[in-house]
Amino acid sequence: MALSLDEVRRIAHLARIEITPAEAADVRAKLESIFELIGRMRAVDTTGIVPMSHAQDLVLPLREDRVTETDRHASYQQVAPAVEDGLYLVPKVIE
Amino acid sequence: MSPPMITAPLTELSQALAAKRLSSVELIEGLLARIDRGNGRLNAFLTIDRERALGAARLADVQRSRGTAGPLTGIPIAHKDVIMTEGLKTTCGSRMLEKFIAPYSAFVVEQLAAAGMVLVGKTNMDEFAMGSSNENSFFGPVRNPWNADFVAGGSSGGSAAAIAARFVPAATGTDTGGSIRQPAALSGVCGIKPTYGVCSRYGLVAFASSLDTPGVFGQTAADCAMLLTAMAGHDARDSTSLDRPREDYARDIDAAVTSKPLAGLRIGLPREYAGEGTDVAVARAIETALAEFRRLGAVTVDVSLPNVHLSVPVYYVIAPAEASSNLSRFDGVRYGHRAASYSDLDDMYCKTRAEGFGAEVKRRILVGTYVLSHGYYDAYYLKAQQVRRLIADDFRRAYDSCDLIIGPTSPTAAFRLGEKSDDPVKMYLNDIFTIAGNLTGAPAMSIPCGFDERGLPIGLQIQGDHFAEAKILNAAHRYQQVTDWHRRIPTEFAP
Repeated sequence: MALSLDEVRRIAHLARIEITPAEAADVRAKLESIFELIGRMRAVDTTGIVPMSHAQDLVLPLREDRVTETDRHASYQQVAPAVEDGLYLVPKVIE
Repeated sequence: MSPPMITAPLTELSQALAAKRLSSVELIEGLLARIDRGNGRLNAFLTIDRERALGAARLADVQRSRGTAGPLTGIPIAHKDVIMTEGLKTTCGSRMLEKFIAPYSAFVVEQLAAAGMVLVGKTNMDEFAMGSSNENSFFGPVRNPWNADFVAGGSSGGSAAAIAARFVPAATGTDTGGSIRQPAALSGVCGIKPTYGVCSRYGLVAFASSLDTPGVFGQTAADCAMLLTAMAGHDARDSTSLDRPREDYARDIDAAVTSKPLAGLRIGLPREYAGEGTDVAVARAIETALAEFRRLGAVTVDVSLPNVHLSVPVYYVIAPAEASSNLSRFDGVRYGHRAASYSDLDDMYCKTRAEGFGAEVKRRILVGTYVLSHGYYDAYYLKAQQVRRLIADDFRRAYDSCDLIIGPTSPTAAFRLGEKSDDPVKMYLNDIFTIAGNLTGAPAMSIPCGFDERGLPIGLQIQGDHFAEAKILNAAHRYQQVTDWHRRIPTEFAP
């Protein structure tokens, strides 16, 4: 399958991964070879086949609607890059 | 009686500890010394938790003296670094989580700790469990204990190498497309991936949630059975964890030995497994092993899996799709790496992820993002799920006429470091025999069955239908009672 460099850049932006112009050609070539492999599956006739989304035919369990988690935000925020007053800091998004 | 070798299989260590011929402190000090001597060569461990391991060993010895110890009390274990261990680094082999200290432990870690096992460290792996050679680790590749110029396999390469080099008697792994079985084969040890849902995924850093399966490595099938029994169980925190009665996976292994212990067992040989680029030495080792299984009383029958050749393409839609979604959580906000400089929030995401992820992880995120993007869902993800059903149906039909399916784990023995690292598709095809087990969710294990002409180990894969773990482990165990491939130790790491 042929992919244009524009498509590679579009996917990369959707995935929020910066790709430098120098990397783009190699990324494209490798993605093309992967899509060629994937292409082997596309010719199969799957009319009427129920998609298998999971290894077990499970009905997702429901649990009682009550609080089960304890407040552990302090320990979870210890591994965050930037926090202040219990809040995660990010660059300004609202002017 | 002289004290046993600290490099003995887990079941023997368990007996030695119970008979007080060995203390847990002696065992763990001895193994830590082996790790100190050999890990620089193999890069199997990323973190060693020496102080806590010795503390836990002392406690285990106290429990032993008070008579409150179980069969696994005081026995060391290593966990793959994609499995969360509270208070200990959990890097997933990635720069993204280079400094990440897990705030809680995975269910399987809790289970094995509750059984008394002592955590000694975390093992190296392909970044986020994506790879078949361990060359995708940010912390450098794991080297094969049988020949350091060769890969140990992946993604759980560190765990496999740690068992092969006799650094630890037990290690966990995760298997999404073969990541336990393939490194077990390439490193010459045993590894089992149980049925999906038997071991909770709680506390595993998610790669492809419909395929990810925690499992174990050991020197023998009996060791794996003991470990799996301790590690399995229902856990409400994983919505796909199965609520079923607890099983003793060693129940058949412990049964009395007869001259034909596998009488009545039907082993299926898929005709599609012939070819598929299987190396001559591998094919020959499998043939020899099958003759052994027949001598043990099993019969072999031909079966057909007409769609199994589609496993790899299907996997490379489903796994990247799920990965692209799971790995979106690494955004530099709540945990992990954050780029040092950026212009705005969007740029922070893009730079953080560009810096934090390695090339293979990025590729899979890109593939996944593409197949899930607007207008492509039906043609890729839905299509792959339909073909996944066809593959699962093939296995269901095959199990009408056989109990287990046996063949190679990997088409070749270990390959050289660098040999396939620039060709992702070539690398992917290495998992041709293992991926189907993840698509169907059925259990499978790899055991050593010989060596190629270069002295590199060859793995035999035993697959079974859902919940056939005990049957698989028993077949492997009976084979190991009459062969000694699993007892071989790489010369460099001989005790």
